[in-house]
Amino acid sequence: MKLAWTREEMMAIAAARLLPDGAVCFVGIGLPGVAANLARRLHAPDLVLVYESGPIGAKPKVLPLSIGDGELARTADTVVPTHEIFRYWLQGGRIDIGFLATAQIDRFGNLNTTVIGDYRSPRVRLPGAGGAPEIAAHARETLVILRHQRRAFVERLDFTTTVGYLDGGDARERLGLRGGGPRWVITDLGLMEPDPATRELVVTAIHPGVARAEIEANTGWPVRFAAEVATTPAPRPEELAALRDLRARTAAAHGRPSGE
Amino acid sequence: MAEITSLREAVAGLVRDGDVVALEGFTHLIPHAAGHELIRQGRRDLTLVRMTPDLVYDQLIGMGCARRLVFAWGGNPGVGSLHRLRDAVERGWPHPLELVEHSHAGLASAYVAGASGLPFGLLDGYHGSDLPAHNPEIRFISCPFTGRRLAAVKAIRPDVAIIHAQRADRRGNVHLWGIVGCQKEVVLAARRSIVTVEEVVDELDAPPNACILPHWVVTAVCPVPGGAHPSYAQGYYDRDNAFYLAWDQIARERERFRAWMERHVLATEDHAGFLRSAGITLPRERVA
Repeated sequence: MKLAWTREEMMAIAAARLLPDGAVCFVGIGLPGVAANLARRLHAPDLVLVYESGPIGAKPKVLPLSIGDGELARTADTVVPTHEIFRYWLQGGRIDIGFLATAQIDRFGNLNTTVIGDYRSPRVRLPGAGGAPEIAAHARETLVILRHQRRAFVERLDFTTTVGYLDGGDARERLGLRGGGPRWVITDLGLMEPDPATRELVVTAIHPGVARAEIEANTGWPVRFAAEVATTPAPRPEELAALRDLRARTAAAHGRPSGE
Repeated sequence: MAEITSLREAVAGLVRDGDVVALEGFTHLIPHAAGHELIRQGRRDLTLVRMTPDLVYDQLIGMGCARRLVFAWGGNPGVGSLHRLRDAVERGWPHPLELVEHSHAGLASAYVAGASGLPFGLLDGYHGSDLPAHNPEIRFISCPFTGRRLAAVKAIRPDVAIIHAQRADRRGNVHLWGIVGCQKEVVLAARRSIVTVEEVVDELDAPPNACILPHWVVTAVCPVPGGAHPSYAQGYYDRDNAFYLAWDQIARERERFRAWMERHVLATEDHAGFLRSAGITLPRERVA
């Protein structure tokens, strides 16, 4: 069956639905920007977008290519220095949702954005930490969005850049992190949530047209499914229209869609 | 006391081989013209410090100016990898690059400490991350009041800070606005500083809480219109996103990168010459 939407679109829409109106969301670089700006056009017009470059309450009309485009500063309620964003607004406990992308994730929601291979002689040098370690430490909860691929969902991270639940159980609490940790992992195949006791990520929803076997094949550990796995509601026409309009306007502004 | 001078003279007089140099600007106001001038004058063995090494450090690293990189996030925002940075780290070309790696919150704290005259910056961060194991400038201490474990980062005091700003007046007072990143902190943390500006005006006429660097904390002010391109200067021109996309191809292969840098940077006199040579028109600012 040919679906009327792409998996990429399903992923962005599924993520946008998880952002409640009025929440304060620290938007990481990449895919989070797409979902956060989509949510603002749908059910969450008062979602407060905070970018680590300094804009607070940004309301961009097109997706920025970077996290510091002029569009963000021009449309923000205020723009503050970088150290202030991290000190007063993040460390000070003002952020509800930290929204991150990553290159690798493990079963406990720990993230690697630093290297593939050995740190001193890496096979692939990735961009690095950016704001992620402290965003994931201090936000009341964290959302992580990434494509569901075996090279990304790994048994063992090459490098722990950002802590989720460490090795599970109460390890995160023992480390003294004040934020709650990963609440949702959104992929192009489904949604995962931490088991309340072990904190292992468990599949709780599967997007329409996706088979369990596909999720198993694309996860680098023996992935667990919740007792009751929901099917993600298919994108509604207004969700698709808003996403496609956002992308079209962004493409017209930059020459190609951004945030990926 | 700020001297208003040419960028060429400022770099020649204030930046030495082996210096610790921080070119700041978080996406906005990145001092690209100054980066080009460092390359033209053939500076070597620099320790480059920057929150987000973007194209400006890809160019400096690829042209062999850097020995060490202190940073938190090194990519081409929204596009992908910095190919010259990766080539240096993964394959040692044009020579190996030592990394001193932070998070954004950590590096920002290190600048604040430098500007504040403190030996280290403090943050509730890095818990459980592998970064401290690879960076001796991140340590942990106990809060003297609660015993809570906190991260300490060694203060950064660059030999030279280089930033770009919108305007200066004729005495060298500098005014910048929009996304101001860590520019104020890095200038106050550094021993010497160079500020390139879009224009020099008679009166700044800025509101009382504006971000101002008084002339007596700045060493040199250099008028360089378009000096942030392909980054942007709010109120003057937009980010050249198409150039960021094009850079992915220019920098992908060593030969094409070298040829592009030789033709447009090494073979030109100054930034105006660079913009002409590379056929760059500054993007008009979109109105929100």
